[in-house]
Amino acid sequence: MGEGQSDEKWAVMMRAALAGDESVYRRLLEDIGRQVRAMARGAFARSRVGDADVEDVVQETLLAIHLKRDTWDGAMKLAPWVGAIARHKIIDALRRRGARQFAPIEDFEAAIPAPEGDDPHDLTDADRLIGQLPARQQDIVRSISLQGQSISATAQRLAMTEGAVRVALHRALKSLADAWRRTAS
Amino acid sequence: MKTSDLIAALAADPKPRGMPLGSRFSLALALGVLVSACAFAMMVGPRHDIARALGTMRFDWKFVDTIALAIPTSLLALRVLRPGAQLRWLAVALIIPALALSSSVAMELMMIPRDLWLTRLIGSNAIHCLTVIPLLSIAPLAALLVVMRAGAPASPHVAGAVAGLAAAGMAATLYASNCTDDSPLFVATWYVLATAVVVAAGALLGGRFLRW
Repeated sequence: MGEGQSDEKWAVMMRAALAGDESVYRRLLEDIGRQVRAMARGAFARSRVGDADVEDVVQETLLAIHLKRDTWDGAMKLAPWVGAIARHKIIDALRRRGARQFAPIEDFEAAIPAPEGDDPHDLTDADRLIGQLPARQQDIVRSISLQGQSISATAQRLAMTEGAVRVALHRALKSLADAWRRTAS
Repeated sequence: MKTSDLIAALAADPKPRGMPLGSRFSLALALGVLVSACAFAMMVGPRHDIARALGTMRFDWKFVDTIALAIPTSLLALRVLRPGAQLRWLAVALIIPALALSSSVAMELMMIPRDLWLTRLIGSNAIHCLTVIPLLSIAPLAALLVVMRAGAPASPHVAGAVAGLAAAGMAATLYASNCTDDSPLFVATWYVLATAVVVAAGALLGGRFLRW
């Protein structure tokens, strides 16, 4: 196998996800989330920043991975790409929390996966930022995430077409990423 | 909100159908160059004695310089959009035009007498060069920055600066056909200065618009 060619597990999963396999994509994001969580906890601890809101960074990173998945070169491994995005977001988050020194962030692949804690703090960044979206977008995001409704059920309830719900969801996720970045600056 | 809830929303959002990043990038680049070429044709156009000039080494070498800047830096501008990209390519992209330019400067210094150096360096189009190259860079730089917003560069400032290099390379390629100063000493001074202006603008704009 030549350099760059990759049948790494994550790369295979991402290719299936990009081809439209929603359940594989969900598993991949959960896998990645566990890895990013471990990496962020390590980085927060080493920079002596409390890790009560590590989950916010994990979520911001997953959103960036989702919205920027077009920048992954499908012939390469996925892990280095994910690691670069995670490092970028973790350093941003540390800076925002006033860390002055950044202990080197451990190698992404070396981090030991960490499961999500049961009890994230009450009002996460995502909750707060979703609250700033237009009412219809808020409704759609909450319906699909918190209430676990499908696109079609949401469309039916709101008397919208499925296409319109998809478009609104995509816009909402993009605005969410923009809002997150503004809190960073 | 739990992370698994967010993941449910992400998984429900299908990949938008559209051109891949590389194709959009090439399209933007072509569009920017086209606009710039039209502006060039309308505002200044090539010099009148271009047929004769084409037979001279100094005139032709200007295009070697500018194209050696435009092509590697354009490729690099696409590359820096991908997280985890190796930045050693940045060095490679800069060495190519630097070698083209410095070798011609060395030749010029050997070929012409010392008391002509300053005259050749100052030339007669310095202000024109410093105005036209940045102006012709506007369209390609804008087109690149718009499409680069879809990327995820490790450093938005560096990405913007690389876009500035590419845009200046394209603008200088157009301008070189108008400019009647062909000495490498002129190119190494004024073309480089004009490029620096565009690179600074690119870095500034990149820091503002390419954050993610």
